[in-house]
Amino acid sequence: MAVLDLKQKLSILADAAKYDASCASSGAGKRDSRDGKGVGSTEGMGICHAYTPDGRCVSLLKILLTNYCIYDCAYCVNRVSSNTPRARFAVQEVVDLTLGFYKRNYIEGLFLSSGIIRNSDYTMEAMVAVAKALRTVHDFRGYIHLKLIPEASVELTHQAALYADRVSINVELPREESLAAFAPEKSASVIRKAMGAVRLGIEAGKAPARKTRPPKYAPAGQSTQMIIGADGASDGEILARSNTLYGNYGLRRVYYSAFSPIPDVAKSLPAQRPPLMREHRLYQADWLMRFYGFETHEIIGPGEDLDLAIDPKLAWALRNRADFPVDVNTAPRETLLRVPGLGTRSVDRMIAARKLTRLTLADVKRLARNLEKLKPFVIASDWSPGALADRADLRDRFTPPPQQLSLF
Amino acid sequence: MRVVRLASETDFDGWRSAARLLRAEGAQPAQVLWTVDGGQASLFPTEAAKTRVVGAEGFKVSRTFVDLASRVALHRSPERFDLLYRLLWRLEATPRLLEIASDPDVSLALDMQSQVNRAAHKMKAFVRFREVETAGAGEAFVAWFEPAHRVTEATAPFFTRRFSNMAFSILTPDVCAHWDTRALSFTPGADPADAPAGDDLEAYWRTYYASTFNPARLRTATMVREMPKRYWRNLPEAALIPEMTRAAGDRTTQMVEKAPSEPARRIVRAAQRASRDAPFDGAAPTSLDAVAAGVDACRRCPLWRDATQGVAGEGPLGARLMIVGEQPGDQEDLAGRPFVGPAGQVLDQALAAAGAPRREVYVTNAVKHFKHEPRGKRRIHKTPDAPEIEACRWWLDAERRLVRPRVIVALGATAARSVLGKSAPIGKLRGQALQLEDQAQAVVTWHPAYLLRVPDAAAKARAEAQFIEDLKLAWSLAG
Repeated sequence: MAVLDLKQKLSILADAAKYDASCASSGAGKRDSRDGKGVGSTEGMGICHAYTPDGRCVSLLKILLTNYCIYDCAYCVNRVSSNTPRARFAVQEVVDLTLGFYKRNYIEGLFLSSGIIRNSDYTMEAMVAVAKALRTVHDFRGYIHLKLIPEASVELTHQAALYADRVSINVELPREESLAAFAPEKSASVIRKAMGAVRLGIEAGKAPARKTRPPKYAPAGQSTQMIIGADGASDGEILARSNTLYGNYGLRRVYYSAFSPIPDVAKSLPAQRPPLMREHRLYQADWLMRFYGFETHEIIGPGEDLDLAIDPKLAWALRNRADFPVDVNTAPRETLLRVPGLGTRSVDRMIAARKLTRLTLADVKRLARNLEKLKPFVIASDWSPGALADRADLRDRFTPPPQQLSLF
Repeated sequence: MRVVRLASETDFDGWRSAARLLRAEGAQPAQVLWTVDGGQASLFPTEAAKTRVVGAEGFKVSRTFVDLASRVALHRSPERFDLLYRLLWRLEATPRLLEIASDPDVSLALDMQSQVNRAAHKMKAFVRFREVETAGAGEAFVAWFEPAHRVTEATAPFFTRRFSNMAFSILTPDVCAHWDTRALSFTPGADPADAPAGDDLEAYWRTYYASTFNPARLRTATMVREMPKRYWRNLPEAALIPEMTRAAGDRTTQMVEKAPSEPARRIVRAAQRASRDAPFDGAAPTSLDAVAAGVDACRRCPLWRDATQGVAGEGPLGARLMIVGEQPGDQEDLAGRPFVGPAGQVLDQALAAAGAPRREVYVTNAVKHFKHEPRGKRRIHKTPDAPEIEACRWWLDAERRLVRPRVIVALGATAARSVLGKSAPIGKLRGQALQLEDQAQAVVTWHPAYLLRVPDAAAKARAEAQFIEDLKLAWSLAG
């Protein structure tokens, strides 16, 4: 076999890691290198250092330690039965690349994942060794996200969480039955137990300090990812699943990753164009549940799919026209948050301003981004939507021409 | 007309002292012209300088205004100092003006502030350092950057916090920042030719950038919105964008149309060997380990779906006393062990008070998966219903057959129903020995979670005493 140089390895192992949607570098709290020997800082907010033409942010050096894998997950380019080129980094190579990129301000840190080689503990140990070298040998204070291998021992999971800012385990597919069909070596139950162990670890780390303060345990929390469109799960099922995951394991984020064609497809999951709009609507619905006070059942029923043409908040408003219009000068915060086109920031500014002045439609326009969208749903001191709110064709006004629906 | 000449484009302190003077002498916003005199440091040479400061101490503005103004001052708009003075003027009549974000002046200032903040954020993101040769004293890096607004001085401390132990310079057309690992200093604006032309690692960075791109998800509009073209000429990776974008369509079509490839024969043979897994065995378990494994894989009712794991009992085979609770709670579900949460602590204390060591007792639950409902970021306990209790009795019966306790304590109504096979009022039946069909005796009592919830202090003390009493009775029966 030909010997690969570092650039070829980087190309193979970055390509193999790109199907993981997460690239967040936020939530780690404040720290910097002023009292240290190395480089690195985190200040709470994540930074995207570049964007590729797929519109996704490049914040971390997102690579696999190796894409050799003994598992055969049908949706994955690195499955054992795929004929994709293989490579493996040495621990020191990952450390050098991370530090070299970081010092040139290309990245916020490292997101390391791996195919399973030999066994879970062996693989997890190698990943922990990278994080440990960065933190202890080089005093690296930047962001580290480690993908956990659910089958690895709890001891290794805890070690990983002590070096990393964020850890994650992917649930992979919304339906557990599909996991058995498409990822025969993975077990939903093992994945859930590992997430449970991480939540217990995080909570123990936050417990009131005893004599010795416990070391920081995954300060940026844990996240997971679901692949959308590979199995038959409806949006209703997917969102109910997310809701359970947020509640059970205190996740910071559930990422939705539209099932994307891969270079060497499996027979059981032939390639298709990724359902990008569906992915986008799921994120919007996820936001409504987490920041806008919506319950899952208000957004969608169990077997239903989200409307691809309009966003889920607008869809909810059109189904509940009796709740509108609302008066921007008097309505409570939770009611304003349900108005299509109003975000949390606009609503908070609106509430502060109306204590001192009566809001006109021109005021609303300066406070919100999209006046046309919210006009039918609000009353201002000089504006009432009148018949506009009741028009049968209201939905059509917000629906773009059909050919724009596809993102291709 | 009053003309104010500030020392530099970012001379916020100069604006501040001039504005204070002008405001004190009552100069209307329309009468003041703000200019920047880059060459001389002559601050404020007009006749206003000679004016006595009248009432300057009497007019104070909030910290919020100073914070907002210091950011807006970094905007490239020539109107910025004018706008700030107008706001300052209006603040006297309307002290809470800044809270009215819908006001045209406030709205404009807030927009400018967020544009400046965005420019600062993009500077943190898009500065690209190149390594330069040093005379042996460690590494040193230089970047050329063109910020959208004049944020270099304000953003430089971010880089010194991040790269404290690394010497660097950030050169821009406005001003240059230098860090020697000890002190931050500034020099006048520079030229792109003053920066190094390249860095060996850039080829690796470009390789990474090209490889992390998924051509099946082309969305160039999002990219351009977040990484505006004005920054591209100083980003080493941006030169690849046109070709990556152009080739994306063909690469995707190839992936979609290409037939699945055959896995290597070696892999197929290995997979066939691996598929000789033992199928799920539905027969009654013959050991406590088999119970634990079976409970975790159990699909006899739908509760497994939203739970983390099935939680089987814990304790010695042949224990004289078995304690049956309702179901695992939030903590038990995560840890995979019974009675480790708040109710478990109550149980441990009561067992100690009754003289029964927990390690000699077999502790389990009537229902082995946690039934709950998500509510915001928490999960709220729900009582299991009759079919769920019935489905899970299969496992409790197996535990009873294997452990063969002399006495079983049922904690609460769910456990009583499962142990006795019918619903039973706890208040009436507690405090006595009940005969079971399998020769064992049963004692029913309160669930410890109930003790945690009793609101009235006297009732709580009574229930706690009864709970300990019942455990004592059970332990003596088991003796």
